[in-house]
Amino acid sequence: MDLNTIVEVKRPSSADEINRWRDGYAWLGGGTWLFSEPQVKTDTLIDLASLGWPALRASGTGLDIAATCTIAELDRFKAPADWKAAPLLGECCRAFLASFKIWNAATIGGNICMSLPAGPMISLTVALEGVYTLWPRAGAPRDVPAIDFVTGNHQNVLRPGELLRNIHLPAEALSKTFAFRRASLTHLGRSAVLLIGTRSPKTGAVLLTVTAATARPVQLRFDRPPSADELRRALDAAIPDSLYFDDVHGSPAYRRHLTYYFGEQIRVEIGR
Amino acid sequence: MNITVNGKRFSAEPNPGQCLRTFLRGLGWFGVKKGCDQGDCGACTVWLDGTPIHSCLMPAFRAADRKVTTIEGLAPEGGLHPMQQAFLDAQAFQCGFCTAGMIMTAASFTGEAREDLSRVLKGNLCRCTGYRSIDDAIHGIAETEEDVAGRACGASLSNPFGNSIVTGRARYTLDIAMDGALHLKVLRSPHPHARILRIGREKAMAVPGVVAIFTWEDVPRRLYSTATHEDHLVDPDDTYILDNVVRFVGQRVAAVVAQTVGAAEAACRLLEVEYELLPAVFDPEQAMAPGAPILHHKGGEAKGNIYVEIHGEVGSVEEGFKAADVVHERTYSTSRVQHVHLETHGCLTWKGDDGRLHVRTSSQAPFIVKQKLCHLFGLFPRNVHVFTERVGGGFGGKQEMIVEDLCLLATLKIGRPVMWEFTREEQFIAATTRHQMTTRVKLGAKRDGTLTAIQLRVVSNTGAYGGHGGETLAAALGSPLTMYRCANKKADGYTVYTNMVPGGGFRGYGSSQSTFAIECAIDDLAQLLDMGSFEIRRKNMIRPGDWIESIWKETSDVEFGSYGLDQCLDLVEQALASGRGAAKPEGDEWIEGTGMALAMLDSGPPTEHRSGAEMGLRPDGSYHLAVGSTEMGNGSVTSHRQIAASVLGSRANQIDIINADTDLTPYDTGTFASTGTVVAGQAVALTAAALRDNLLEYAGRHTGTDPSSWRLEHDGVVSANTRISLVDLYAAGIKAGHHFEAKRKAYLSPRTTASNVHGVRVAVHLMTGEIRILQSVHAADIGRLINPMQCRGQIDGSVAMGVGWALYEKMVYDGHGAMVNPALRNYRIPAFADIPHSEVYFADTYDKIGPLGAKAQGECAINPVAPAISNAVRHATGVRFASLPLSPERIFAELGAVKARRA
Repeated sequence: MDLNTIVEVKRPSSADEINRWRDGYAWLGGGTWLFSEPQVKTDTLIDLASLGWPALRASGTGLDIAATCTIAELDRFKAPADWKAAPLLGECCRAFLASFKIWNAATIGGNICMSLPAGPMISLTVALEGVYTLWPRAGAPRDVPAIDFVTGNHQNVLRPGELLRNIHLPAEALSKTFAFRRASLTHLGRSAVLLIGTRSPKTGAVLLTVTAATARPVQLRFDRPPSADELRRALDAAIPDSLYFDDVHGSPAYRRHLTYYFGEQIRVEIGR
Repeated sequence: MNITVNGKRFSAEPNPGQCLRTFLRGLGWFGVKKGCDQGDCGACTVWLDGTPIHSCLMPAFRAADRKVTTIEGLAPEGGLHPMQQAFLDAQAFQCGFCTAGMIMTAASFTGEAREDLSRVLKGNLCRCTGYRSIDDAIHGIAETEEDVAGRACGASLSNPFGNSIVTGRARYTLDIAMDGALHLKVLRSPHPHARILRIGREKAMAVPGVVAIFTWEDVPRRLYSTATHEDHLVDPDDTYILDNVVRFVGQRVAAVVAQTVGAAEAACRLLEVEYELLPAVFDPEQAMAPGAPILHHKGGEAKGNIYVEIHGEVGSVEEGFKAADVVHERTYSTSRVQHVHLETHGCLTWKGDDGRLHVRTSSQAPFIVKQKLCHLFGLFPRNVHVFTERVGGGFGGKQEMIVEDLCLLATLKIGRPVMWEFTREEQFIAATTRHQMTTRVKLGAKRDGTLTAIQLRVVSNTGAYGGHGGETLAAALGSPLTMYRCANKKADGYTVYTNMVPGGGFRGYGSSQSTFAIECAIDDLAQLLDMGSFEIRRKNMIRPGDWIESIWKETSDVEFGSYGLDQCLDLVEQALASGRGAAKPEGDEWIEGTGMALAMLDSGPPTEHRSGAEMGLRPDGSYHLAVGSTEMGNGSVTSHRQIAASVLGSRANQIDIINADTDLTPYDTGTFASTGTVVAGQAVALTAAALRDNLLEYAGRHTGTDPSSWRLEHDGVVSANTRISLVDLYAAGIKAGHHFEAKRKAYLSPRTTASNVHGVRVAVHLMTGEIRILQSVHAADIGRLINPMQCRGQIDGSVAMGVGWALYEKMVYDGHGAMVNPALRNYRIPAFADIPHSEVYFADTYDKIGPLGAKAQGECAINPVAPAISNAVRHATGVRFASLPLSPERIFAELGAVKARRA
């Protein structure tokens, strides 16, 4: 929709040009959320597209994803064969409520910085042990583990004007085996729960990442595949009832139920 | 910036925050539609450098120096892209408002995508078709038949405006540029109940571009109802254009008129309103309780918040329950839902060079809107012109005057054209909804299943205003109760004001709500008696020769013009027994069940309804047909042409049609209450017959022969071996001063009755609560099919809407009457993935009342869908879901007992 309160669009060639941040500024990624609701408190958009960041860089250390990489670019990425967890990229793209047409504009960084419980790029990058590089308006860049970035529904650790620049997914995490489960109230709708389990082929360690069900991502670590009972107890301990998210896309009780149900399925699948 | 659109170069500067959608429309590309403006519906899909995107989410400046393709440029001028041709061949549209975006999306598919339409079409919503015809189009399945002279009736002919719909040239209400048009926006109440003490407008008036602000002090203090009916007395006059008391969150507080939408919005935000908060009540039972805050003090306050109550009894239910071996009693309830026609409400008003007022609008009832506007503003009818061009869906939502009044007020005060377009959010919080109803059903039966008593208590929540509140309640107590033969029937109904968004007309109109209750209850009774669903209905359903009676002793004008309920039951039973449809998914966690339900609906309302048509022969031998009724995707322009062509022995495309225009067509009450065929269609049939007689009589006079020896055939009149072309006949007649014109009116009485049976087989997942419809079967008794393809399309669309109501859609409110999910991403109407293809069957009947043997069919098909699904889920799980929707989280929550039993 038209954002009639916007009076200026800045199109910097470097993020450093935006050094005096104020209320009313907003970074513009794909625009697919910003333009979907009135933004009456915003008067200036700062276009990230003009920064020209390369979308994807694969190397021996892993995959670097620019915050401005589109969902469509990520979905098209052809991963090296030994990245066993790479199919998760496509799975998580398909977990969007949004259509493939939105993927052509929406960005990975935009989805992460929106910090909705059901943001599938959060699910993906947390499950694959990503590290986010943040650029503050002043001072040195800082790295934040993906699991620590989102702190609640629509809440994250970004300071005013701070910019998500890069998401690094380590090669080791990308080389793990995985299991994926998701449910929504309508077919192909917004996720009520999205769980991803990974297992290290080297150490056998298991990571279970719970997203969408909870207001922020929750990750459980096991040195070896847990028993059903161990998993249940770990979920009990990690997720108090108050952390299960409540909105029109799923009740807390339903999300809790499916977290345990899918958690157990994942445990069995990746324990094989 | 420079931009190339459809091969043409433009140089224009967008506003900084402008999206590509409005920028393109500003350049005149009106094929780019607005369904939601939030990226959810896909109606605005265009290609940017060949890549499909939602243009409502794309910043316009990003299209600089790039190439945009809209529906208008998909094929070279005058030609059709293969996908446009496919949509035309399959007639994969009804209102056509989603079509441009649907085609722009589908035309981008490669072969692989076509195999997974559920996924690739998830960003394109259609409210009309149920997606079946869209699936057909994308897979190259053609549905249309050839237009053969004399064989128009009963043929699957194309919509006369199909070409303009698939090319994006069809003009919907606001697809028009008018120089100097001002924009109207309203400030809406954040409170469910409050008195307005003061509205400070100084800051708002200071916004550059603001032309005028109107509050309750600026409008005629004249009560009216926003609901449109022929008889203005069936709805309460409880509304002011702008009021000093607001009664629901979302009610109009003040209107701002400005040179731009942005200025009007900014001014709305700067209006300073002081409210005195009043106590609010949201639940109708609480609203009826002593001490509840009273919403209206307009003469009915002695009844508290009860707007209307209806009571009736035939026989004695007391005796009936005494005679019963088994009694079943339970409360069932249905939810508030929105129509979600893809074209939002909107209108454009202006004063013409002729000095008259013109209202271009999106209405199901332009003639009634005209009357109401004349009433409100004290205008002479001859000075007001109300019309529609193409309407993007209605479903009852546009049987309401909720934009035209303010727009016209502004034009009257300012003297300039004024445009107002609802946002999608306004559709949810400030338009109307289906009335939420709670129904207590008590049934008594003998051991052999014979019903001895039926008793109902219906409480309808009409929200803050009572439009349609009485008629929907009467409908709830009408047809669904006549469907069963039982000597003792009683019902008590209450329509109650609360501080909720108002109810309104909605496909099925009250009967959907009580059909859900009764059809679930009949199944529950069958379970008590250990009888089958079909068996108990066959034993008790109404049969030819029965007196058609609900709960009123007064004689009604409803008769069986035909009867096909028995055939429908057989068709659905056979189909469910066939083993067709999908198999139950593998695994112990999936369980399966079958359910069915029936519905009956009078063809047309008990209130007055009339329609007129006018026809004439033209010099080129073609016909002109003017009919007052609105086309909103229901297909009436197609079927009306076919009715006329059938009577005149011509091809349908020999007839040009215009409709719904108070200047250019005869009066029509409106397209609602299932009247498009049985009233407007009747007017067309009578008019065509009169014109036929006129032509044949002149042929006789002109040739000095007996007029009865002549007949119409294609483009001429024929007698024995003589043939005179219509062109020659016209030329001769005009020279002799003859008028080849006819006009007739139709009035609805008697009324016939139509019936529908729906059957489903579902799988329910015991752990996730997911419901999958494995087989969906629908049989309809709607008399002769004027256009079988359209009839099937109406049923496909009704079934989809019924599935949405049953499984997905829910308007959620916080504790203060504010809607939590007023956006399509949060209020999910069915997408392609959610709707199974239905097997659709028709009873072989020919109605002796309806025109050319046809009956009404636009509404009734929705009624049995939700109860059939609830019945199937009960059959599968043993648990009765007595309220809607049956969402997975509710299924999971209530299945504990089942799981325990299985363990």
